[in-house]
This record gives sequence, C-alpha cells and structure tokens, in this order.
Amino acid sequence: MSENGKGTVAAKPRVATTSLAGCFGCHMSILDIDERILDLVEIIDFDKSPINDFKVFQEQCVVGLIEGGCCNEENVHVLRDFRKKCDILVSVGDCATMGGIPALRNTIPLEECLREAYVDGPTVHNPSGEIPVDEDIPLLLNKVFPAHEVVKIDYYLPGCPPSADALWAALSALLSDEPVELPYSLIKYD
Amino acid sequence: MSEDLTARVSAICGEYGSDAGRMMDIAWRLQRTFGEVSSEAMDVIASETGATRADVESCVSFYSFFSTHKHGRVVIRLSNDVPDRMAGYHRVLGAFEDELGVKCGETTEDGAFTLESTACVGLSDQAPAALINDVPFTELSTDDAREIVRELRKHMDPRRLVHKLGDGNNAHPLIHSMVHNNLRGTGLTLFTSYNRGEAIQKALSMSPVEVIRAVKTARLRGRGGAGFPTGMKWEFTRGARGEPKFIICNADEGEPGTFKDRVLLTERSDRVFAGLTIAGYAIGASEGIVYLRAEYAYLRSFLEAQLEKRRADGLLGESILGHEAFDFDIRIQMGAGAYVCGEETALISSCEGTRGDPKNRPPFPAQEGYLGLPTSVNNVETLCCVAKILEMGPATFCEYGTHQSSGTKLLSISGDVCQPGIYEVPFGTTLREVLEMSEAEDPVAVQVGGPSGQLVGPEDFDREICFDDLATGGSMIVFGPDRDLLKVVEAFMDFFVEESCGYCTPCRIGNVLLRDAVTRVRQRQMEPADIDEMERLAGTVARTSRCGLGQTSPNPILSTLKNFRHLYDELVEEAPDGQRRSFDLDAEVTAAAAIAGRPDGE
Repeated sequence: MSENGKGTVAAKPRVATTSLAGCFGCHMSILDIDERILDLVEIIDFDKSPINDFKVFQEQCVVGLIEGGCCNEENVHVLRDFRKKCDILVSVGDCATMGGIPALRNTIPLEECLREAYVDGPTVHNPSGEIPVDEDIPLLLNKVFPAHEVVKIDYYLPGCPPSADALWAALSALLSDEPVELPYSLIKYD
Repeated sequence: MSEDLTARVSAICGEYGSDAGRMMDIAWRLQRTFGEVSSEAMDVIASETGATRADVESCVSFYSFFSTHKHGRVVIRLSNDVPDRMAGYHRVLGAFEDELGVKCGETTEDGAFTLESTACVGLSDQAPAALINDVPFTELSTDDAREIVRELRKHMDPRRLVHKLGDGNNAHPLIHSMVHNNLRGTGLTLFTSYNRGEAIQKALSMSPVEVIRAVKTARLRGRGGAGFPTGMKWEFTRGARGEPKFIICNADEGEPGTFKDRVLLTERSDRVFAGLTIAGYAIGASEGIVYLRAEYAYLRSFLEAQLEKRRADGLLGESILGHEAFDFDIRIQMGAGAYVCGEETALISSCEGTRGDPKNRPPFPAQEGYLGLPTSVNNVETLCCVAKILEMGPATFCEYGTHQSSGTKLLSISGDVCQPGIYEVPFGTTLREVLEMSEAEDPVAVQVGGPSGQLVGPEDFDREICFDDLATGGSMIVFGPDRDLLKVVEAFMDFFVEESCGYCTPCRIGNVLLRDAVTRVRQRQMEPADIDEMERLAGTVARTSRCGLGQTSPNPILSTLKNFRHLYDELVEEAPDGQRRSFDLDAEVTAAAAIAGRPDGE
C-alpha cells in the first residue's frame, strides 16, 4: 500500500465502498468526517462507491469498505467482485460484521417473512395478495450472512455505525501503513 | 378448563403444601398423572402456589422430562451419548422409528408411544441404552428395539420386559432392573463391606468440629470433579450466619460417560446416607436432600425403602443413635433431565422449584445456598468417602493416593475397552495402567472427565489421575484407531448446545458457533485462519461464561486443538481468491427461487 502511496500523483491509492444489506448509516458516518474528506481525497481516489456514484470498478483498489451483510444474490455478486478488485477488505459496522438487524429474520422462514411484509401484515394493502416476483428483483438468500462468511475479510470495524472518528482513524492508518490505534472511547457504545 | 382438571391439580398442589418451592415435585406428579403439564394445569399451579404463571412455565419448560404437550403413555428415551453412538445408537434409533412409524421426537397417532433421544443416561458401559418410562434397557440391538415395541403394544408395561435381572441389588424387587454394576477392581475402600451405623456412631462420639478436622486430616477433596477440600466447605457452611443449614447430596450424575454414582447408590446407599448424615452433623444441619437425577428414578423406591429402614433403626430421625442433640432426616428431590443441574448453584435453584439457572457467586452456597441459607453440596462419592474415613480413620484413608489427592477414585470406563465398568484406583494411578486394567483395544485417545474434561492422546498416557494432573470426575471414554475424533467433538458440542441453560450469551450463542465451526471443518469448508478464530472464540466462551458449563464446554475443541491439531489441519485449506468455499450461492437461494416459481434458481 505504501508503495502505491509513494508513486506519482496519478497513482493515488484507490478506495471503493459499498452498502449491501445495510441502511447506509455507515456511509453517512463516512460523510460525517466532514471537512476531513478534503484531506482524504488529497491522498486517495474513490473508485466504485455511492459517494461518487460510480457503478462499476475503474481499476484495482487498495481498500474496499463493506457496509452490510448479504441478504440477496446481488449482494453476493457485489461482495465477490469487491474481493477480486480490492487488496484489503474491511467489514464496516455491525451488519457487515455480524449480519446486524437484517439477520433478525434468520430465525423465521423466508416465506413467512415475505407474507408478513406483503400479505398478512396489519398495515399491508395488497388486494392481489401476491408476493412481488420479477426477474429483475434479486433472489433473497435463505438467511442473511455476515460478509466474512461469503468472502475473506481482512479487518473489522465495529459500531452501528462506527463513528466518523473511528472510520477516519482506521482509514488513515490503513493508508499510511501504520498500526491502527482505536482508543476505547472510539469503540465504546453505551 | 374442566373443573375436574382444576380439582385434581389443586389436590396435587395441596399435597406439597401449595409450596412453590416444591414445583419440581408438583410438575413431576402432573407429568406422571396426565402425561403432560398442560397450559391449563400451569394456570392452576400458579394460582394455587402463588407463583406467577411465568415462573411456573419457565420451570416446566426448562426440564427435558417435563412436556407441555401430551406425551405417549410410554416414553422411549434413547441415550445419544458418544459411547451409545459408538455402540450402534443410530441403528437402534432407526429400528424404533421404523417399528413405531414415527420420527425421533414424535408421538404415535394413537397416543401410545413417544420416541425421544436424550443425553447420557448413566449406562455408557452397557450402551446403547434407553429409558422406557423409568425402566432402563441396556445393550440394545435393532432386534431388541423391534421386540420391545411389539411386546409393549400388548401390555404397555415396560417393567414386564425385564426378563433377566442384573447383578447385586439390581435384582432387588424394588429396583428390578436389567442393569449390571460391572464392578471391576473395586476392592480398595468404597465397595468394601461395612457395619451399618458404625461410621455415624464414631462421628457422634466426636464433636462436629472434630468430625470436620478428621475430614481435613484425610485431605478429602470433592469427587465431582472440581476437587474443593470438603472439610473447608463444611467449615465455611458451619461458620456461616443463618439457620437452619442444609446439606445436599449431588446425585445428578450428568457428565456424559459417568455412572459411578449409579452403582454407589445401588450397592452402597447406606454408606452414602451415612456420609450425608455425618455431614449434616458436622455442619449443623437437620435436613439433608438427595438430588437424584431423573434418569435414576428407577432407584427411587429402593432408596426410599433404605431411608425408611434407617429411620426404623434410629439412624435417621430424632435423636439419632440416642444422641439427643442431633435430629436429621433426608428427603429425595427428583431432577427432571438437565445437565446444568449438576452445577451446585443450578442444583439449588432446581431444589427451590425454579428452572435450573446457575446463580452468581459470591455469595457461595456455604454462605447463601438453598432458600438463601448456608448449604453444603457434596457429591455422592465424596459422601461415601466421608463414611469410609470415619470407619477406617483418616490416617488409613490417606495411605491411598498422593499427598495432594488422597484416597481413591472411582472411574467409569466405557468406549473401546473389553472390560467397561467401574474401577476404583488410588489417586496417582497412570492413565496407561487404567487402560491396561480395562483392556483397552489399541487406544489412540481417551476423553478424561467427560466432555467438560479433555481428550488426551498416547503422549499423555503416563500422566497420573489426580487433581493436579489429570483431574476427572470419573468419566473415561476410550477411543480406538477407527474412531473419528472430530465427530466425537461435534457430538459433545451438540450436547452442550442442548444443555446450555441459555442465561448468558457466551454459552448460549458461543457454543452454537463453535459446534457449527466443527461441523464445517468436518465438511472441509474451513480455512486455516478459521481454526485460529475458533480457538479465540473457544477461549472467550470459557473465560466469560457464567457457570461451569460454559467455562468448560469449549474443552472438547481446546483439548483436541492442543493434542490432535493435525486432525483439523488436514481438513482446512486456503480459499481460492478469498472466496469462501463454505458459502454455496445456489443452495442459499432455494427458498426464494421456490417462492418466485423458479425452482432452478434461474
């Protein structure tokens, strides 16, 4: 990584991010680094990411930040792609790390979940009683998986979401090839 | 709700003084009377005893021998412990399922039979074993299973199927069981002959403090596995503030592969009761409780008769042996199928009529135990040793064993040995000597101390059985060269997942994750780093669980990682391109594909 950092200006390390089965809260936390994002783009280029809205990878990346676990087949394809295109993958936040809130459905059969959401729920208005089916809708997985059960994950950053300071500390450490220091205050949640 | 049910349940509650503390007894009576503890019945119990409905249900639903739905008139519980699996459990289960036409866990449509599997029933030396209602059946074959069902269909009475009686007191009319003691090499102390009343007589000639001193001089340590000095425990209990004090005999022998207490209770109950009485005298208790595991319910009438006889002989009751200051009696409290109740604070919870939750320590039971009062909980074998110490004198007792571990230890040996059964050895005996005694067949591994103990290999065979080296509550399961040790580990983890009380997160969730990890290793889906992660998680579960169950449940994994690391290493490999082999996308979209009408996942 440092080799990349020492290269020419054009060879700034590239960082990709994605939100899989998450709520985008972790991405909000990335934005919460506020003006430090200007320092960040001095030293990195964003590749595929909701932040710049690039839909596909431009080049091989140094770091990929994963928000959310996998709840459908599209999540799996994206995550596998990230594994190929990023040297280092970081699970950011509790959904990527453990499945989080989406994984609450793991104890309930999928069909029951869908019926509750689209047919039986007390606030549902669905006269046809059908569960949405379309070839463009990715198939849901039987269960929600944390990222590391689908691909190898190199680092984990806990939090729901991890605070902007925690993200900043982790990212700057990764990019400067220094050991990360996450004081207790950054990973304490009560 | 029918008035009849209400009246009958009220009457049963009344027999126990409508005391919520006797919930176990009340639930047992209902289970036996109605084949269930129904929702309606729980309402009645709650209103009769003053317990909340939630308290009643949390107790009833906790124990595996209670059911909230109707069981068959005959309940077949097949023991699924590792020695049972080694001896053909799956085949026998298949025969039962086939003959009954139901799967394990189901009840036949006519309400006649329920088929279940259960953790170790204390018959590992005569596996595969089953309990049919209370009646133990041993060394079952598939033919036996079919024959049993056919016979039962005729008369529904399992006791009538006991054609050949076991040895010793197993043939006593009140036990009437096919169980064998398999006493082998047990001549040293605990099974020797005795004069009834001798130990108590000697104890009563001393002051309670002198009795405690004698037990301390004998350096007696608890035989349940933990090895806490018995004399010190008694001293704490005696000195603790609070009256009355209680003494409890832990006969909830649940560690898989252990069956020594069953044989002691069958053949030397007098010595156990004497030890319990002496303990009561020493700590200043007038009530003793024997917490008997449900699996040993077939011994209950016999034990009750023994107690009655002791009362008649002045060995229990008021002014024991004419000693005016000492009244003492014993009651038997039945367990209902929960391994965690072998842990002393969980056992006390169960005696108090609640689910078998372990309690926070401190306060220790010696300070605040049963009903919040000073209580000493001692193992069956420990109490037997107490009686023996009084009989033979502490100095003679100490001649056996090592300095740190005095006396002898009963071992329950099962698995790949020609002579499974009970062995009494002095502490300090090597594992190799034990394997030779029991005629182990080319042993490659021994599970010492049950699943919560450790799995050791040949390099450890010269270690000594004692508290400071190879500690064991008595369970020894021997494995020959053809056994799949990781399958054994997986079975043990299954056991802990089933038996975790669920109170604390590390144990409730950690054991599931650990069990699943072992399964995936066996399926060759794991990577080298996963083994390190598994080891870390195992350490976390051991360090952060609330009671002994979770603190020891990772031991099958930790000890195999230490002693049989190659078994894991052979099955793991790096994932290609960081993509995990354990994740199969096609297999994970089956439910959604079916809902979408795309069964092929296209």
